[in-house]
This record gives sequence, C-alpha cells and structure tokens, in this order.
Amino acid sequence: MMGRWLAFIPLVVFAVMALYFGMGLREDPSAIPSQLIDEPLPAFDLAPVAGSEQGLSNADLAGHVSLVNVFGSWCPPCAIEHPMLMQIARSGVVPIYGVDWRDTPEAGAAWLARHGNPYTAVGLDPESHLAIDLGITGAPESFLVDAAGRVRYRHVGMITQADWTETILPLIRELDAS
Amino acid sequence: MMRALIACLALALALTSAALAAPSPDEAFADAATEHRARGLYTQLRCVVCQSQSIDESGASLAQDMRIVVRERLVAGDTDAEILDYMQARYGDYVLMLPPLQANTLVLWGLPFFILLLGGVLIVVYVRRQARGLASELSPEEEAELAALMDEEGQ
Repeated sequence: MMGRWLAFIPLVVFAVMALYFGMGLREDPSAIPSQLIDEPLPAFDLAPVAGSEQGLSNADLAGHVSLVNVFGSWCPPCAIEHPMLMQIARSGVVPIYGVDWRDTPEAGAAWLARHGNPYTAVGLDPESHLAIDLGITGAPESFLVDAAGRVRYRHVGMITQADWTETILPLIRELDAS
Repeated sequence: MMRALIACLALALALTSAALAAPSPDEAFADAATEHRARGLYTQLRCVVCQSQSIDESGASLAQDMRIVVRERLVAGDTDAEILDYMQARYGDYVLMLPPLQANTLVLWGLPFFILLLGGVLIVVYVRRQARGLASELSPEEEAELAALMDEEGQ
C-alpha cells in the first residue's frame, strides 16, 4: 500500500520543480536590486564633453530633486529613450543630469548635437568609475535623487511614457511636496 | 589531408585560447604575486552584464573596467576581503560568484546536505528491511511449496 504512494513522488517532485522554474521564467535576470536606495549618491566630479566648460559633480544636484541618466553615444536603446528625455526636459518638471558612460568627449558632444540635449549638465565617465559606484549593469539607467542627495529610485533600461507617468512623475511630486 | 586537418585544429585551439584569456597582457601586473592575487579576485567576482561568467572570463567592457578597479584597489593597498566588500557594497551579494552563507541562502547551502542525509537514512532503512526479510522463517505454505519444487527436481 505504501509502495503505491511512493510511485507518485517523482510526479510531485516534477510538479514542484515545474512551478518553481515557471516562476523563474517570469523574472528578469538582469534586474539586480540596487544597493543605493535611500543611500547618498556617491561622490563624483566628471569632466565635460567636448565644447563645454561645465562638467558634472555632486554640487550640481544639491538642493533639488534631480533625475540622473546614464547614457552613451554607443548605446542604441539610449537613442530610443532620448525623445522621452527631451519631453521631460521641455516639461520643466525635473532637471536631468547626464552621465556619458564609456565615451569620448567628441563622440558624446556629437551625439548630443545630433539628437538634442535634454541635460542641464553632462559629465563624462570614460572608465566606469561612477558607473561602478552606482552599481550600473547597462545603459540606459536612471536614478531619482532627492534634494538631500539621496537616491530614491533606480530605473533600469529605457524610461517609457508609462514609466514616466505612472512611476517617476508621481515620485517626483511626492518628493517635491515633502 | 591529415596534416591540413591538424593545422586547422591547432589554429582553432589557438583562437579559442586567445578568446578565453580575456584580461589582456597589458592589464597584467609586473609583480607575479600581485598578479596572482588579482586573477584570484577576478574569478570571485561576477560579470554583471554576462551573468554566468566571472570578470576573469568575460570580454565585456564593464568587466574590463571592473578588473581595472580591482587593480586600482590592489595598488591602493586594499586586502582581498576589502576589495570584495567594495564590489559587494555597490552591486550587492549578486556580484560574488560564491554566495555568502546567511539567512536567505541557508536553504541553498543546506539543501544538498539535507538530501544527502535523507538518502543515507533511506538506504539504511531499506537495507535493514531487506536483511530482516532474509532472516525470517518461511511460512508453512512456503515450506510446502519448496518441498514440492524439490521433489519435482529430484525426479
């Protein structure tokens, strides 16, 4: 009698594994949780792109809510995300600061001249020092930083219209109000 | 024909080994002991772009920059543990190839040992049951059947 029930064990094991792996398939393996949420933005002082005097440092972000966007002229999804950033910049809701990652000053400047410049200030991170401090895994990636310089939200990948209206904009309103 | 085949194989081998040795020679330390430490640390850190590779194996540009950071920390005089902590503080437990033993990884580390123990117990139980079965006396019906079979064989 006992033996008959034992015969079902492989089936049960299979069912449990199928369920577990099925759940695993729905998760995005590239989504690594950020270590920076509610932590201060790391210190940085980045050089400007070609033809610009102003780079980017922590001082630029002080005293107001900011959106920090990591991009690169070599990054196709960044070009797709770009019109959304232009739209955000036009709305004047939040200043956007650009981190031009693994780029040359000339390539960065040429890219901005071609696609438009939504950034209040842009700094170069040619050797990934800031990118690694931020825990970046790929571009584009964006961080919402509060007035005190703490990271409040991290967005991996392109910011879509839905991300903006449903997640980021409400967060900015909330941070501005507090 | 054979010679050409061998030449092709040798070329393929040379190309693959070149591709596997991701950290380029110009990245290496002159000092062999420090280089050995650096390579050891590379194998313990995960490439966050190509997630099933260590930064030692990966050719991704971010992995290359992570190797540079490791070398900078080595030059600055950090210990191996400090360098791993440095990366862990930025990328989380995820960046370590060997998951740390802590509350949320207890099942991960404990399950193999638990299954081994369970298997051991099951084997002991099974063997004991078998042994008991062999030692037991035959029932009267079985005795009769055995006698009948023996008779048949005798004829």
